[in-house]
Amino acid sequence: MSPRTPGADLPEHPDALWRNPEPKRSYDVVIVGGGGHGLATAHYLAKNHGITNVAVLEKGWLAGGNMARNTTIIRSNYLWDESSGIYEHALKLWEGLEEDLGYPILFSQRGVLNLAHTLQDVRDSVRRVEANKLNGVDAEWLEPDEVRKICPVVNTSTDIRYPVLGATYQPRAGIAKHDYVAWGFARRASEAGIDLIQDCEVTGFTTEGDRVTGVRTTRGDIAAGRVALCAAGHTSVLTDMLGIRVPVQSHPLQALVSELLEPVHPTVVMSNAVHVYVSQAHKGELVMGAGVDSYNGYGQRGAFHIIERQMAAAVELFPVFARAHLLRTWGGIVDVSPDASPIVGRTPYENVYLNCGWGTGGFKATPGIGWALAHTVANDEPHPLVAPFTLDRFVTGALVDEHGAAAVAH
Amino acid sequence: MQLIPCPWCGPREEAEFHYGGQAHVPYPDDPAALSDEEWAHYVFFRDNTKGRFAERWNHNAGCRRWFNAVRDTTTYRFESVYRLDHPKPVTP
Amino acid sequence: MSTPFRTPAGGRIDRATTLQFTFDGLGFTGHPGDTLASALLAAGRHQVATSIKLGRPRGIAAAWAEDPGGLVQVEEPFPEPMLLASTVELFDGLVAHGLPGQGRLADVPDSARYDAVHHHVDVLVVGAGPAGLTAALTAARAGARVALVDEQSEAGGSLLSGTDRIDGVPALEWVSNAVAELARHPEVLHLQRTTAFGVYDDGFALALERRTDHLGAAAPKEVSRQRVWRLRARSIVTATGAHERPVVFADNDRPGTMLAGAARTFLHRYGVLPGREAVVFTTNDSAYDAALDLHRAGVRVQAVVEARPEAPPHRREECERAGIRVLPGAVVTGTQGVERVTHALVAPFSDGQVGTSSAVACDVLLVSGGWNPAVHLFSQARGRLRYDEGLGAFVPGEEVDGLSVAGSAAGVLDLAGCLADGQRVARETLSALAIDPAADDRLPSAPEPVAPTAPLVLWRVPDTSGAEGATQFVDLQRDATVADIARAVGAGLRSIEHVKRYTTIGTAHDQGKTSGVLTSGITAELLGVPVRDTGTTTFRPPYTPVAFAALAGRDRGSLFDPERVTALHQWHVAAGAVFEDVGQWKRPRYYPEPGEDMEAAVLRECAAARTGVGILDGSTLGKIDVQGPDAAVLLDRLYTNLISSLKVGSVRYGVMCGVDGMVIDDGTVLRLAEDRFLVLTTTGGAAKILDWMEEWVQTEWPDLRVHCTSVTEQWVTFPVVGPRSRDVVGALFPDVNVSNEAFPFMTWRDTSLEGVPVRLARISFSGELAFEVYVSPWYAVAVWQRLLEAGRPYGITPYGTETMHVLRAEKGYPIIGQDTDGTVTPHDLGMAWAVSKKKPDFVGKRSFARQANQDPRRKQLVGLLPVDRQTVLPEGSQIVEFLADGELPPPPVPMLGHVTSSYRSAELARPFALALVKGGRERIGDTVHVPVNGTLVPVEVTGSVLVDPEGARRDG
Repeated sequence: MSPRTPGADLPEHPDALWRNPEPKRSYDVVIVGGGGHGLATAHYLAKNHGITNVAVLEKGWLAGGNMARNTTIIRSNYLWDESSGIYEHALKLWEGLEEDLGYPILFSQRGVLNLAHTLQDVRDSVRRVEANKLNGVDAEWLEPDEVRKICPVVNTSTDIRYPVLGATYQPRAGIAKHDYVAWGFARRASEAGIDLIQDCEVTGFTTEGDRVTGVRTTRGDIAAGRVALCAAGHTSVLTDMLGIRVPVQSHPLQALVSELLEPVHPTVVMSNAVHVYVSQAHKGELVMGAGVDSYNGYGQRGAFHIIERQMAAAVELFPVFARAHLLRTWGGIVDVSPDASPIVGRTPYENVYLNCGWGTGGFKATPGIGWALAHTVANDEPHPLVAPFTLDRFVTGALVDEHGAAAVAH
Repeated sequence: MQLIPCPWCGPREEAEFHYGGQAHVPYPDDPAALSDEEWAHYVFFRDNTKGRFAERWNHNAGCRRWFNAVRDTTTYRFESVYRLDHPKPVTP
Repeated sequence: MSTPFRTPAGGRIDRATTLQFTFDGLGFTGHPGDTLASALLAAGRHQVATSIKLGRPRGIAAAWAEDPGGLVQVEEPFPEPMLLASTVELFDGLVAHGLPGQGRLADVPDSARYDAVHHHVDVLVVGAGPAGLTAALTAARAGARVALVDEQSEAGGSLLSGTDRIDGVPALEWVSNAVAELARHPEVLHLQRTTAFGVYDDGFALALERRTDHLGAAAPKEVSRQRVWRLRARSIVTATGAHERPVVFADNDRPGTMLAGAARTFLHRYGVLPGREAVVFTTNDSAYDAALDLHRAGVRVQAVVEARPEAPPHRREECERAGIRVLPGAVVTGTQGVERVTHALVAPFSDGQVGTSSAVACDVLLVSGGWNPAVHLFSQARGRLRYDEGLGAFVPGEEVDGLSVAGSAAGVLDLAGCLADGQRVARETLSALAIDPAADDRLPSAPEPVAPTAPLVLWRVPDTSGAEGATQFVDLQRDATVADIARAVGAGLRSIEHVKRYTTIGTAHDQGKTSGVLTSGITAELLGVPVRDTGTTTFRPPYTPVAFAALAGRDRGSLFDPERVTALHQWHVAAGAVFEDVGQWKRPRYYPEPGEDMEAAVLRECAAARTGVGILDGSTLGKIDVQGPDAAVLLDRLYTNLISSLKVGSVRYGVMCGVDGMVIDDGTVLRLAEDRFLVLTTTGGAAKILDWMEEWVQTEWPDLRVHCTSVTEQWVTFPVVGPRSRDVVGALFPDVNVSNEAFPFMTWRDTSLEGVPVRLARISFSGELAFEVYVSPWYAVAVWQRLLEAGRPYGITPYGTETMHVLRAEKGYPIIGQDTDGTVTPHDLGMAWAVSKKKPDFVGKRSFARQANQDPRRKQLVGLLPVDRQTVLPEGSQIVEFLADGELPPPPVPMLGHVTSSYRSAELARPFALALVKGGRERIGDTVHVPVNGTLVPVEVTGSVLVDPEGARRDG
């Protein structure tokens, strides 16, 4: 027998993941949405606050929404203090998460390059790097020859349509294995006594004045002391039931993978001008995200011309990818807010907490938002890291506008 | 890629169109009279309906006209398109 | 290497021609018409690769895209990772090797061409097997516009693998007649080697045509290697056939283990025997054809192991006549051998119980567990699948608008049935399109099949090896076994999606073509639930892998995004300009003279404009012609300042905001007539602002009588800038009185040059006396050269965007998108003067009254002067409070803002910058720090206008 292909397989999952309990009639906290954010919130409610009479309600299968569909990029090099605050907190948690969860989440700090292709890209990039440094986030500005050293397969020649003029580099950034992360949180939450209830769709809420008393579900009514909404692209479906208006729009976002390839791409590369973000995952497949489809959509699929454009950009920036093969495409539903920043915190109902608007940034925030939302729910007080992300900012005008300045939402 | 039935040009490829979000959100008659909250709702808040949604489209790479459409955001299927000066069709 | 397993005759190969190829470093031969797999089998080679995780030998297990075993890497003529030996058509000089799991990308660019073609049809038929050909014929005869695409090198589908007869002649004769008939219909497009890999909305299907891959190094360079067909069909018929399903048993991955139908394909299509001694293991009738055909071809068929209690009587009789032993009520429990099967372990089987096994010698083990309709495209089109208990397979479960399924893809598994189904589906499709079928459309006839005996649905043989399923492979490409599924279920997983992710089944190259349904069945069995409840994982495009480059097509290099150039581009190139990408435009950034770097060139160009005369190609500025009785009303509503009071012949600078009150664009407005304006936008904002105007006009103010038209490409614009610009312009346009009195600042005049209309405008983006010269692009080069000639006595100097930026920054003029970032109001820019207090409303006005807009700590545009008079602050640098000890404290360090523009100024003889600083105007005169490469550079905060603050120069 020949030796196994190095790195082409993944560590085994544990023999036991979670219980499949029947829902109880009542919980102290009901988390709606069993994706990464909901599961992480459950974990930290138990771990940090000792709150375990908790149910996570998932309308499909656990972590089957964006958690199963994202391109697993983790970084914290956001422009504004508010954003880098929550994402950097998340990154620090990522750095200890494998140990915390006792799960091989394959967190690989292989660095992220954000390429600049125009002089304005360069200005924006330097601005972000300098802000990151002052905020204690590792960041560097790299000239094209330094980009080539870190990722030799990037086309840094000057004769392409939009030559690479340099890049920002965050060495501590990287990727993780999304299912493993979700399952790690789920297993810990289940072990702590939290009930993970699948195939359980919330169909309504029962209220008394300014309080929600429970949720109606396809598996019966469940009374709730507090309710946290972690439904990402489906947030509006829930808030519409509650009569709360939330300024998010749900859009299809597509991604794709190639077949398994020998290691060729050692880091993560993102480019806005030539729209690509790509990494080579642990088994060897190239994982790539496409652009957001323009229209509102809940279909978990998008249009193929977006994929074709994505492939053109990939081959333009990485000529060696020409004969890699597209193996599978899929779509998720991202909830996009007006300023490309999340919306987290209180709602007009005193015991309902909102967590949405993460757009394309939800995965990398997973442990950070789980931590902060658990704190918010447990203490009925926004955690300082999410305090700037109130719904109220759209009224005062104090936005945290991440697309104007840095335009690196993914 | 869908075929979008432009009311002026007929069915054309999706890539020719530009999406304009929720329809029937008129510019307020007197913005100055609105509270900050009311104004914020005009500027930033739009419905995010799952299912049948009345929305604006622009045939950007064609006749460049704006029009309204009722589309199902789950299936993406266009149920009807109508001119801006026409009322939202009554659907069952 | 010899080909001992090649039959003496038959098959669809050209035996007169011999091809040489190399596999795993060894030389082999084959023939045109072979695949890499058939040629290897002809040489007796089954093992192709080793498995990814366990390193187990793996061989060719199927004859086309469903093969989970034969993964190869092509090295010559050009490296291509991970292909299936069964789908690589053989050509002379092919060099390939087996893959242990990961493919290898070439380290040189791919020089092949790729392209895409759009095609519109009434009916798209996918698959040129019996059902597809019949459907295409019916549609073609009716006069419909038809596309027929098929992934194989020739039409026929399953007919290529057998000995069927249609209309009383050999089936392939019927196929060739059908193909010839289709070719006679002018509205039929028939493509072989073309895989429909995705179906999207509204009849949109994508197909990949492999045009030259089978030619190897002989492929003509001028022909695209692969082509993506973007097919738009009013209706789609998928006749994509069915994939044979294996049965899982211990060591079922050993080379020599092959699907029974594949063995027939290798025999009949390629003239290859899969072995000398065969055991056939089946749960259904179809594998008997393989047993009998191989027997006739000289293979010793040791036994047909029939899992059902009784073999179908007529099949049993046929086998008896041929002397083939049939073992009913028996299963194969495992295999023996090392790199090739030597024995099948056969045991009695009844009521789910397995008896004691005995070894039956064989060098090939053929397996059939039934057939899975290839429902991929139907499922991509959001068709719901239904589990068919009888077939043990998922079949199309409901109608889908605009897409029908015909033949074995719909679960029809006999030839006569497929032919009839193809015609029926085509007729229904035509009827829905209101196309009448042709009177002469005749259903081809095939012998009525003997009524089939119901298959046994058997996912896996109970493991008697003691390994508890650890060698019962479900997904060979992922080395995933029954034991893995059992662990997943044991871990608490109930959803098939979770099982897939836990085991990685279905995630490999074949995307679960053979393993998907097995996994559903085995999971359901382990959970004790019906298979219909377990369901399948989702089918996603593409059906088979597609090269990135094929999808990129021609959109690479200079065609990746359009390059826009001005009418003067060739002049700029000849002048040695260094270009900058601004949006899609190529703009000259500077014009270095020999020995100059950018800094030297820009200092020279700036000095010329400040002291003599410079000239810029400003043609990329957006230009919108706004016409109509209500033109002024529209502009009043969109600009923050008042436009309606502008006099005809005059020019005004204006700012536009979004509804959120943030600046989105700026520029000058020329009033051409009472009812006509020329609006200038930024280069990057041209399309956006035209869209913006049209959106408001159409959606909010349809009562306004106004039209907006882009005239960006209709005018070139050359600012002639500097104290000597009047001399130059005056010399070239003697009819124009260029004095301040006759032609004041912020006015425009029309004139002509030798009959060519020219517009002149006194607009300055530098603070200097300046004239913008507008002319049709047809005369751009001529007028530019005339200006250069007229300016020669004054040393007229062409300058680029970099100098333009320095000149404007010295005057504190912001560039929208550089000095703003979507969070900046006109007030933040110090442009309260450009915000009308008279107008009751304009877009953005209401937002100025919000709480955050009143914050005195908002960022404001100011100037910065490095105290050392040396440092050019990098643009993007952050600004912090002055730190007396000269050291940055540990993070987080509060930031005051950032440097938006920064240059070395010839005029000031020092570097300077523009910056957005919190409460910046209050800080004028303060010193703050800018960290630059680890040191803190002290800078003085100043007003944003550093040169000529009193505006004395604009009139010369």
